[in-house]
Amino acid sequence: MNLTLKIWRQSGPSDKGGMATYPIEGVSDDMSFLEMLDVLNEGLIAEGEEPVAFDSDCREGICGTCGVMINGEAHGPERTTTCQLHMRSFRDGDEIVIEPWRADAFPVIKDLVVDRGAFDRIIQSGGYISANTGSAPDAHATPVPKDQADRAFMAAECISCGACVAACPNGSASLFMGAKITHLGEFPQGQPERDARVQSMSAQHDAEGFGGCTNLGECTRACPKGIPLNVISQMNGDLLRSLRHGR
Amino acid sequence: MNAPLIEGLYREGEPIADSAAPDVPIDRMWTQRQFDAKLVNPANRRKLDVIIVGTGLAGASAGATLGEAGYNVKSFCYQDSPRRAHSIAAQGGINAAKNYKGDGDSIYRLFYDTTKGGDYRSRESNTYRLAEVSADIIDQCVAQGVPFAREYGGLLDNRSFGGVQVSRTFYARGQTGQQLLIGAYQALERQIGAGTVKMYSRHEMLELIVIDDGAGPRARGIIARDMVTGEIETHLADAVVLASGGYGNVYFLSTNAMGCNVTASWRAHRKGAYFANPCYTQIHPTCIPVSGDHQSKLTLMSESLRNDGRIWVPKRIEDCEKDPREIPTEDRDYYLERLYPAFGNLVPRDIASRQAKNMCDEGRGVGPKVGDFRRGVYLDFRDAIERLGEDAVRNKYGNLFDMYKQITGEDPYQVPMRIYPAVHYTMGGLWVDYDLQSSIPGLFVTGEANFSDHGANRLGASALMQGLADGYFVLPNTIRNYLADGPYEPIDPTHPAVIEAQDSVESRIQMLLGISGERSVDSFHKELGHIMWEYCGMERTEEGLRKAIDLIRSLREEFWRNVRVLGSADTLNQSLEKAGRVADFLELGELMCIDALHRRESCGGHFRAESQTEDGEALRNDDEFLYVGGWEWGGEGESPVLHKETLSYKFIELKQRSYK
Repeated sequence: MNLTLKIWRQSGPSDKGGMATYPIEGVSDDMSFLEMLDVLNEGLIAEGEEPVAFDSDCREGICGTCGVMINGEAHGPERTTTCQLHMRSFRDGDEIVIEPWRADAFPVIKDLVVDRGAFDRIIQSGGYISANTGSAPDAHATPVPKDQADRAFMAAECISCGACVAACPNGSASLFMGAKITHLGEFPQGQPERDARVQSMSAQHDAEGFGGCTNLGECTRACPKGIPLNVISQMNGDLLRSLRHGR
Repeated sequence: MNAPLIEGLYREGEPIADSAAPDVPIDRMWTQRQFDAKLVNPANRRKLDVIIVGTGLAGASAGATLGEAGYNVKSFCYQDSPRRAHSIAAQGGINAAKNYKGDGDSIYRLFYDTTKGGDYRSRESNTYRLAEVSADIIDQCVAQGVPFAREYGGLLDNRSFGGVQVSRTFYARGQTGQQLLIGAYQALERQIGAGTVKMYSRHEMLELIVIDDGAGPRARGIIARDMVTGEIETHLADAVVLASGGYGNVYFLSTNAMGCNVTASWRAHRKGAYFANPCYTQIHPTCIPVSGDHQSKLTLMSESLRNDGRIWVPKRIEDCEKDPREIPTEDRDYYLERLYPAFGNLVPRDIASRQAKNMCDEGRGVGPKVGDFRRGVYLDFRDAIERLGEDAVRNKYGNLFDMYKQITGEDPYQVPMRIYPAVHYTMGGLWVDYDLQSSIPGLFVTGEANFSDHGANRLGASALMQGLADGYFVLPNTIRNYLADGPYEPIDPTHPAVIEAQDSVESRIQMLLGISGERSVDSFHKELGHIMWEYCGMERTEEGLRKAIDLIRSLREEFWRNVRVLGSADTLNQSLEKAGRVADFLELGELMCIDALHRRESCGGHFRAESQTEDGEALRNDDEFLYVGGWEWGGEGESPVLHKETLSYKFIELKQRSYK
C-alpha cells in the first residue's frame, strides 16, 4: 500500500521542531510499524536526508523502549506497543501523523525520541523492596496466596513505556506509579516499606512535573499491557492509609 | 609472533589454564574459593571504583550487590533506562536445584544436565558452581518481590524445559526475564538513590583503557560516548566489569534486541582479552518464521510451549499446502516423538533445531515459501486444548499466543503455530578464569558476555540463572580478591594510554562520518548477516566457511570505502551508533568463521557436515577438540593466535549425547 506520513522532526532539544511530510510506497501488511519506518529511513538515507530518529530495541513488545503518538493515539489504533503494531491496521492511501510522546516531564531529545528518565527517578525514590543480596530466607518460607500473587503479577506487567502519561490530558504518571505500588504492596515482603514507598514515590512524581490524576481513564485505555485503573485506587488508598498512620 | 601460520588463517600460541579454581573436590571448590579470596574492609570499599558496562541480569545484579557492599560503582548502558536491557525479553524461566517437586533433582543433576546439554565443552568447575548457587537466586528474587507463578497453597510452581526430565524451572508466565530484570533493576535503582551507584544511561562503551603501571597491564577504565550529546568521556576505575551481553546480532536477523552488539567485548578483545569459542551460536527452535525482506528481527516463542505443544510436519510433501486442520493424525509426522521417544518434544534446542531444518530440507516444511523452501514446522496445541481445556492453555501461555497472533495475524487457538529456528544466544564470549577475570587483569566479564558455563549449547532457562548467579553471588565474591590489592595507582587523565584511547575513538567516528559512500549501514549489516547464516549457521562445511571468510573480508573493505553515515557526531545519531557496531561485527564475523573452520567436529549448535554419525546425529571428536579455543587479537591485518585451554572431566563421564 501507499501512505503519506507526517512526522515530527526536531534536530535537538533546543530546536523548535515541525512536521514534515513523506510519501511512502510499497508497504506490506506484514511489516510492523517500526519496520515501515526502517524502510522510510533507508529511502531518506539514499536521498542524503538524515533518517528519522526513533527509539526501539527488543521489538517484541516487552522492553518498553518504543512508543510514539500515531494519529493522536499512544502506540496507535491498537492496544499494543508500537513495535507490535502491524501495517495491516492501516489502509492504502492513509495519512498517518507520527509525533513523540506528549508530556512536559518527557522532553524531546530528537525527532520522536524523548527522555523518560523521570520514571527511573520515581523508582529510585522507593519503588523497590530492600533486600540485600545473600541474606534472603528460603523462597518457600513465606507462602503468598495465589490471588494476591496473580494481582501482583498483573501490576508487575507494566513495561514503563510511558503511553499512560502521553495519553493523559494532565500528563499524570499515576498508572505507572500505581502499578508499581500495587505490585510490591500485594506481597508480604513489601509491607514494611509500604507507607514510606507511596509517600516518597508520590512526592517524586510531583517534583518531576507530572500532572495530577482526575480519573479520566485515558491511561488504561492506552496501556499496551492492560494495567487496570484500580491500581490507581490502590495507590490512593495506600496514600490515605499512610497519612492515617502519621508517617 | 614466530609460530607458523596454520591453514593460512591463524597461529597457535601457548596453552592457557584456569588458574583461579582451587584444587579440591568440586563440591568444596566454591566454598574454598570464597574463603581464600581476600577481604576488603568496609571502610576501604568506598575508596575503590568499579565500572560495570551493561545492565541486564548480570550487570544490574552486580551493580546492586557491589553498591550495597559499599564500593563506588559506575554503571553504563546504551538504553534509555537500565530496565530495558535485553534480559527483559527472556520468556520461559530460570532453573534452580531446589527439588521442590521431589522428582529427584539435585545440584549434581543440574550440573550434569547443563554439562551434557553443552556437549561437554563447558568448564566443570564453573558449571558446578552455577548449579550450586542456583537455589540462592530464587530466594533472593522472591525476597525482592519477583512475582513467580504460585500454586493455590501459596508455594512456588515449577515446570520442565527442553533437555531435562525434572521440573526445576521457576517462571512468571511468559515474562520471567522481565520480572527478574525488574527485580535487579529495582535493586540497582535503590543503590542509585542511595548514591553508591552512578548510572550513565544512553552511554556506549567504545574503548577499554589498559595501563601498565609497572606491574603489568591492567584494565583501568573505559571511553564512553554520551549518545545524546556526542561527548566522548573518559571514566577511570580500579576494575572494569563487562556485562554487555551476546553478539547474536552479527547475523542481523536474530531474537536479540536491535541494539545488542559486540562492541564492548570486541574493543576489549583488541586490547588483549581472549575471545573464546566465538563460533558457538545457539539456534533456538521455536521462533516465528521469517515473513519477508523488510524483517528487522525474529521473535522467539518460549520453549516452554514444547511442554504442551506437539511438533509435526505432514508425512507427504503434497499435504504441505493444505490447511493443517484437515490433515488427519495418521498423515502427520510427529518427528521428535518418533526419533527421540524418551525426550520427545523436549529434546535440547540444538537437536530440535536441526531436525526442523532437516524436515524443511526434505521439502516437508509448511507456511509460505522463502526462497525455494517452506521454512516452518507446526507447533500444535490441539491435543493440549482437548486434554486441558482452552482456559488452562490460555492461563499458561496466553500472552505468547496473543503475541503470535499479533505478529502473524493467525489465531493459534484455532490453527497450529508455525515455528522455525533462529539465532538466539551466543555461548562464546570473552575468556574468563574461575574468578570471571579475563586475560587482562582487572577486566572481569559476566553473563552472556563470557564463555564459561554453557559449553557448545545452552539448556533452556539457564541463561537467566547464569546472569544472576554471576552478578549476585559469584563476581562480588571474586572481584574482592582483586580489589583487596587496590586502590591502584591513580591514573592521570593525560596519561598517554588514555589519550591514545580517546584519540582512537574520535578518529574512528570522524572516519565513519567522512566516508560519504553510497550504501547504508543496514545494507552492510544485512549482507553480513546473510553470509553468517548461510555459511556459519546451523550447518557448516569446510568449503562454505572458507568462502565466508573471503566474502566477509571484501565486504569489510567495501564498508570502509562505501558506507554512508549522515548527520554529525555531536547529537543523537543512530546511524553513527549502528556504523560503529557493524564495523566490529565485520571483524568478529571473520573470527567466528575461523573458529568454526578449525573445529572439525560437530558439537552443540555447531554442526559440521563432515562430522556426523551414520544416522545423521552430531559427532563430537573428544580426542582432538576437548578444549576451549581462546583467540588472541593478532594485531591490525595480522592473523589471530589460538590459545587452548584443555577441558578435563573429573566429575562427569564423557559420553556421546543421546536423547533417544
